[in-house]
Amino acid sequence: MKLNVNGNQHDVDVDPRTPLLYVLRGDLKLIAAKFGCGLGQCGACTVLVDGEPVFSCITPIALLADKQITTLEGLGTPERPAPIQRAFIEAQAAQCGYCIPGIMMRAHALLQKNPRASEADIRAFLEPHLCRCGTHMRILRAIHRAQAEMTPANAGGSG
Amino acid sequence: MSQAIVISRRAVLAGSGALVLSFSSAGRLTAQDNAPPPSATLAVARPLPGSLKQTPYLDSWIRIDADGAITVFTGKAELGQGIKTALMQIAAEQLDVDFDRIKIITADTALTPNEGYTAGSHSMQDSGTAVMHAAAQARQFLIAEAATRAGVPAAQMKTQDAAVIAPDGRRFGYGEVVSARLLHVAAAATSPLKDPSQYKIMNRRIPRVDIPAKVTGGSAFVQDLRPDGMVHARVVRPPSYGAQLAGVDDGAVRKMPGVVKVVRDGSFLAVIAQREFQAIEAMRALAAVARWNETAQLPDANGLGAFLTSLPAQDITVLDRQQSASSGAKTLSATYSRPYLAHGSIGPSCAVAQLDNDTLTVWTHTQGVYPDRAAIAEMMGMAPDKVRCIHSEGAGCYGHNGADDAAADAALLARAVPGHPVRVQWTREQEHAWEPYGPAMLIKLDAALDGGGIVNWDHEVWSNTHSTRPGPAGSLLSARYLGKPFPEPPPKPIPMPEGGGDRNSIPIYTIPSARVIYHFLPTMPVRVSALRALGGFMNVFAIESFMDELAAAAGADPVAFRLKHLDDPRAREVVATAAERFGWATKPRAAAPGRGQGFGFARYKNLAAYCAVACEIEVDRDSGRARMRRAVAAVDSGQVVNSDGIANQIEGAILQSMSWTLYESVTFDERRITSVDWSSYPILRFSAVPDEMEIHVINRPGMPFLGSGEAGQGPAAAAVANAIADATGHRFRDLPISAERIKAAIGV
Amino acid sequence: MRPLKFALAFCVVLAVAAGILAIIIARWPAIAPIAPPAANSFDPASVKRGAALVAIGNCDVCHTAPGGRAFAGGRAVPTPFGSIYSTNITPDPETGIGRWSKAAFQRAMRFGVRRDGAYLYPAFPYDHFTLVSDDDDNALYAYLMTRTPVRAPPVPDRLPFPLNIRLVMSGWNLLFLHPGPYRADAAHDAAWNRGVYLVDGLGHCGACHTPRNLLGAERTDLKFSGGEVEGWTAYALNELSPAPVPWNAAALRHYLRYGWEDSHGVARGPMAEVAGDLHLIPADDMRAIAMYVAEQMNHAAPERDVVVQGVERQHQRGQSGAAASGDGQANALRATDTKNDEGAVTYAGACAGCHEGPRALPDGGIDLMLTSAIGGPSANNLVNIVLYGLPATEAARAPIMPGFAGAMNDAQVAALVRYLRARFSDKGPWTDIAKSVHDARSRARFPAASPASVVEPTPSGTAQQASQ
Repeated sequence: MKLNVNGNQHDVDVDPRTPLLYVLRGDLKLIAAKFGCGLGQCGACTVLVDGEPVFSCITPIALLADKQITTLEGLGTPERPAPIQRAFIEAQAAQCGYCIPGIMMRAHALLQKNPRASEADIRAFLEPHLCRCGTHMRILRAIHRAQAEMTPANAGGSG
Repeated sequence: MSQAIVISRRAVLAGSGALVLSFSSAGRLTAQDNAPPPSATLAVARPLPGSLKQTPYLDSWIRIDADGAITVFTGKAELGQGIKTALMQIAAEQLDVDFDRIKIITADTALTPNEGYTAGSHSMQDSGTAVMHAAAQARQFLIAEAATRAGVPAAQMKTQDAAVIAPDGRRFGYGEVVSARLLHVAAAATSPLKDPSQYKIMNRRIPRVDIPAKVTGGSAFVQDLRPDGMVHARVVRPPSYGAQLAGVDDGAVRKMPGVVKVVRDGSFLAVIAQREFQAIEAMRALAAVARWNETAQLPDANGLGAFLTSLPAQDITVLDRQQSASSGAKTLSATYSRPYLAHGSIGPSCAVAQLDNDTLTVWTHTQGVYPDRAAIAEMMGMAPDKVRCIHSEGAGCYGHNGADDAAADAALLARAVPGHPVRVQWTREQEHAWEPYGPAMLIKLDAALDGGGIVNWDHEVWSNTHSTRPGPAGSLLSARYLGKPFPEPPPKPIPMPEGGGDRNSIPIYTIPSARVIYHFLPTMPVRVSALRALGGFMNVFAIESFMDELAAAAGADPVAFRLKHLDDPRAREVVATAAERFGWATKPRAAAPGRGQGFGFARYKNLAAYCAVACEIEVDRDSGRARMRRAVAAVDSGQVVNSDGIANQIEGAILQSMSWTLYESVTFDERRITSVDWSSYPILRFSAVPDEMEIHVINRPGMPFLGSGEAGQGPAAAAVANAIADATGHRFRDLPISAERIKAAIGV
Repeated sequence: MRPLKFALAFCVVLAVAAGILAIIIARWPAIAPIAPPAANSFDPASVKRGAALVAIGNCDVCHTAPGGRAFAGGRAVPTPFGSIYSTNITPDPETGIGRWSKAAFQRAMRFGVRRDGAYLYPAFPYDHFTLVSDDDDNALYAYLMTRTPVRAPPVPDRLPFPLNIRLVMSGWNLLFLHPGPYRADAAHDAAWNRGVYLVDGLGHCGACHTPRNLLGAERTDLKFSGGEVEGWTAYALNELSPAPVPWNAAALRHYLRYGWEDSHGVARGPMAEVAGDLHLIPADDMRAIAMYVAEQMNHAAPERDVVVQGVERQHQRGQSGAAASGDGQANALRATDTKNDEGAVTYAGACAGCHEGPRALPDGGIDLMLTSAIGGPSANNLVNIVLYGLPATEAARAPIMPGFAGAMNDAQVAALVRYLRARFSDKGPWTDIAKSVHDARSRARFPAASPASVVEPTPSGTAQQASQ
């Protein structure tokens, strides 16, 4: 079947029950989304489907025909990082970094939909994500930084 | 942090195993040359600094190529603690080159020094010190060589941007000056270190080199390796400890799409498939038809204290100081406990292994490539020099998790499909059920007060070992289940001054009379090993909780009471700084219902970093939920290389320790582990993250590096417990301090 | 729709008329404010008893805003007429009930009247609370007046005219309020009477589980025939119960105590919050509640053979230990076996792994043969759970189910729901699936996605619990 990932059309020949995560990491070599639990409990595998965050580890590709899939690779590159990526680098918002791609994707989705999301909104929205290193304070700072950059009216407010 | 961050493709690739693969060690005398140099050249009166003791050759640590490229080699591994960046900073500073010139190769048995485990907050102390001295001495040799060529006394030469500059302006690039033999010399005991006041790089918050790849989808983890021809494997683990595979009808599984091989060796059962999801489906099918004989007998998870004290113990006297005859006017006694705790890395363990001809290569997130290699070689019946272990990052490492075991799994399965890289990924459930946990512990404290001070102190701690690391082959999980099994090695206590269950059990406070007994428990019904801070977490939690109880009995403010018993000026400064920056209230505060402040302090292992944590906790009386609102920490790690790196470690330590303290316990029934995912082993989520956190890093220019990766665990736990006691009027001595327990204690 | 609107308008007019009549008959006076009583002026035993009663009444659930302080109010209670916001029932003197005397409190419970004499709306179920005894009202009062006072001003309700005029409620009361307290039925024993008293009184089960008429009053003729609450269907608790495995008292006790039961699944939506409180209540009260409710469902259809298979499958799960062996999930039908039914493919790929996996409840997903959500009267609950799942509970042990709102579009949800209904129940197809999905997405029906209630550590296994 055909999958549209980061604006590119891919033909993949796998069982349609296969969760998206394995197709991304195995067939398409897009490795930003991580395997964390395979249960939809930790958020490490989060990518966007038509702008909405989903757990790719439990989303069969059968559901994804004609939808736009966005992974962390699709936001920006090391040379041209997206605001959320630049913000995480500038805030040094990682320890091991394994949970970070999933968190960035959900944060990106939130800021796209609600650029003025409050601190409480951000925390509530990130509830599906686990970080074991305890990087939460920096993650929140990074999201505020990205928010300030994405919405100039908020600049100087936080971050 | 407003400077533009420039990310190069090279920086992004750094850290991937792939880079190491393609690395050529041509021309360099590698770390394999680890044998000490002839004793004639080792005429040193004092020991060499850091890991130079074990690996004295400078070119084991620093390589300078003819084109001026500089590579640092370390036997320590990046665990997300930022060690790569810190070591690069040290090398750049002492070599007098730009930070961007430095590349680094970490833990690889073919390339780097053997520095044992990346554990115990030793990396800066061992490897940081070695790199610092090696770089400073290398710079000295480069100057000397350039001076000879220039015909100018070395004292008149300067270094700048990877070149030696003569007084007349002639420039000798390091790459031009260096020769294969120049740095192949044993280190001297002393080095021409830079004056800390001249530091340009070792005192900067340089952004971590591993982060750009991690936030842009670059290959960053062992889980991300995708070598050509790779196949996917999954292991079917037993349902409980020691279960034996009675039978498995794998005929249908062998016919499943993509299945390459079903591997069975005794009770070790696994499947290899072309695609990852095919391997998963085959694993499920195999698990469904496997029949096991289960024999495990686990203790009552709700009565661990009684269980621990009922076990046969080997009693170790850790401290026996008798200086005072005073028995004290007032005596206090308290018993503290913790359950088994899981590391719970967000990414379950993974490894890739490949057997080519008779050489095995294993990419692993082990903490010790050399010990892991020894164990794997023994298990495989191979010579150690035919096995190469290359560290590749895993998800957060907080001690001995499933990393070594996954490496062993990959090695066993690579043998089944020679020539193919085999990637073994543990499932979430397997990681939760099979990783070695931080052991359950019980601590009994007795103290006597006189004249407002502590005059007598008794500390007894009951615990299993805190290390079952490789090691012998039997330390690897799957090795115990093979047809010809390797026995689990008998557990041993880790000796002081570092200690295991007794780590941090000696009170740091000035007390005339004190005794510490470690009841070492060799019986281990639940698999255990090292978890961040080992016994230091629980001993500090108990001691610092007890200090508050004693302060209350003495009618003293907890911070003042600690200072009264602290002589070490660095300890005093850390305590005072945390209290002051927190705004510690020494007078009774305005009534803020359900809110409390708490303090905790320790010097990790009594010889590494000093850390004090103050926090404010709010307790919801109706649900019993405790929530941290604010935390302030002060830390003294000696000479600071990257204060942001230290702050990141302490922030993480506070949140992780809070999660252990408030929420976590491994659960099991009579036979099986029952906490096998995040619903059955809940940890901190964003809703419980405090509003504010501040870390104050105290720099000690020129002082030795003190490891800080684990320094926050104990103080944070105590600060949380003490704040809850302040908020509720109830002392909680058993972990976790769950909402349920708080609610039960405060009643209605 | 038109006849319904007409009927509604007619009823409103009727109620207003009745209200006017009632005003003529009776107006309630204000009760004088008191100095807030000190917490230590209450008998601790009474406070303790009050804690259990508050749990039975689930007072905290409605009177606590999401993420807010307990009992401080501010939670929106959606009704067909508009949103009503719960009030602050902490003893704060300015914004709470700190100045309410015992008499004022009891008058609110029994007659639905505020201390100042204004009428309360029956979103506060005083039509049930009126049955509460004097003694229990005393204990409830003692408990609430000893809580931590929280300053939290009331949030204005959003009700249309004429309902925004509280006096209108006097007419409603005249029609639908039957003031208590409860009088025991001598034909039954004390335990039975205790059950009725708790279920129909403080427990106010009927507030959700009994359908309401156009004026928002419970249809006493259809008691326990099932209702709607916060976008969820509250299942019938009488012979219309859609539970594939009939409930009995033991199963109910377990479900209410722990928030899940092996053959019935995990409580979700508002029921998760109810169960989250009920573990605090005395065992005798739980027994009485379960016995009475089970009796109401006594005439439900016997379980069917197909369900028996589901029960057997369910009981075998967790025995294999496969969760620690592998990943706790199962392989489902291959896509090639699903005859191109989009819903079947979705089930196989997204649901079956957990719902047919080796893990037992509550961590594993229920065998869908056993859930009322699929055999129920409307698709709402199934749609809600597919879209929003069971979110993680704040750092507490509780089952988690991921929601699929982002992964599935409306048509995909509908196809899945249609497939599940056809495969796992013997009822006819639902006709309102598309609307149900659309309403949930557009928040037209406020499906509150609550986490499951916290699972207490059960080291000795689930079998003992079920038989306790």
